[in-house]
Amino acid sequence: MNKQSNSYTIIYIIVLVVVVGAALAFTAMGLKDRQQQNADADRMRQILAAVHITPSADGVTADFERYISGQTVVDSKGAVIGSDAFAVDIAAQVKLPVDERKLPVFICTLADGDVKYILPMYGAGLWGPIWGYVALDSDAATIYGAYFAHQGETPGLGAEIEKPAFSDQFDGKTLWKEGRFMPVAVVKKGQPSPSGEDYVDGISGGTITSKGVSAMLSDCLRPYESYLLTLRSK
Amino acid sequence: MAEKVSNKKIFLNPLSKDNPVIVQILGICSVLAVTAKLEPAIVMGLSVIAVLAFSNVIISLIRNTIPTNIRIIVQLVVVAGLVVIVSQLLQAYAYDVSKQLSVFIGLIITNCILMGRLEAFAMANRPWPSFLDGVGNGAGYAVILVIVGFFRELLGSGTLLGYQVVPQWCYDHGYVNNGLMILPPMALIVVACIIWVHRSINKDIE
Repeated sequence: MNKQSNSYTIIYIIVLVVVVGAALAFTAMGLKDRQQQNADADRMRQILAAVHITPSADGVTADFERYISGQTVVDSKGAVIGSDAFAVDIAAQVKLPVDERKLPVFICTLADGDVKYILPMYGAGLWGPIWGYVALDSDAATIYGAYFAHQGETPGLGAEIEKPAFSDQFDGKTLWKEGRFMPVAVVKKGQPSPSGEDYVDGISGGTITSKGVSAMLSDCLRPYESYLLTLRSK
Repeated sequence: MAEKVSNKKIFLNPLSKDNPVIVQILGICSVLAVTAKLEPAIVMGLSVIAVLAFSNVIISLIRNTIPTNIRIIVQLVVVAGLVVIVSQLLQAYAYDVSKQLSVFIGLIITNCILMGRLEAFAMANRPWPSFLDGVGNGAGYAVILVIVGFFRELLGSGTLLGYQVVPQWCYDHGYVNNGLMILPPMALIVVACIIWVHRSINKDIE
């Protein structure tokens, strides 16, 4: 058989692509459930990390059920429109106009009875998406804890946002200044915030990622303003 | 191949005398990207060893059937397929590792060492020597990655594998981490230093 003929080449590449394609499809189908479980468990871990809870020996799913006492979905007017916050795909929601977004809220009751509100965020870093969770005290103003994660920021630079050294800076910062809603800003070390809001230090060498975090905080927390206002008036 | 090279040489040569990174200067881009910390450097090294060994074996098995004019495409399909499978397996069974390496696993496809070894060795040799060649070259790459990662993490962050190794009293006496070490240019300079040391030991390479 002539291995250099066009028909051999075409048949060869078709067979190869079908074989490799089938192998990939088979792998993806076979591993899908496991991957989904891992991804869900990881999201639960991240949500709990915002309230400074590290998974116990029971497994993260049990911890999630123990501490997350309620879930609610609100719109930008503060009205409740659903109850399954975990099912909301936050990445898809941030692409919508603010008044069409579904805004998930996780209500967490700690072991000592304190209630915290956990709000998810999603934005863009330098190389890809970044996301995170901010936990608010029951006054709906003071940040109790924050958690940030990223898909592919540079290790040692932008990727430092996922370290406690960065996220712990947010503890105790407030979202309201003199009655106005102002999400926390991330600024260059040593610089004051541009418009008087609370601020934390950015990462040196990770300027674009730091700016991304700042933009994400503003973009994803502002839609909650009405909801937080109703919580505050309670 | 005209001359018969022993399997031992095939495996050991890429570790030093014919190292893909410091002698052939291949795969430098990923050395810059993954070596700011030691841990991703190690996992990346292991992943490259696995992908390189298996793609070498597969290409070597089908080497006599591949039409010459599309051989690069065939190699690319095999490598890309393997990389996706490795990434899927990591997601299912080692989720934390896969999260750490997300983009870098994909980058293995574009690593010039892979195409270089497939084209230069696996296309012309039997599966077992090809496997050894893959493991050897992967290991040669991994060794450099680990050395660079070691110095960059130690001098840049004062840690190794995330554990603090520079004692606190050093910081108290005015020692500061060298922030330049975690920036990409220092990877090149560290690689250059390794090449320098390596060349002065092996004078016959030049």
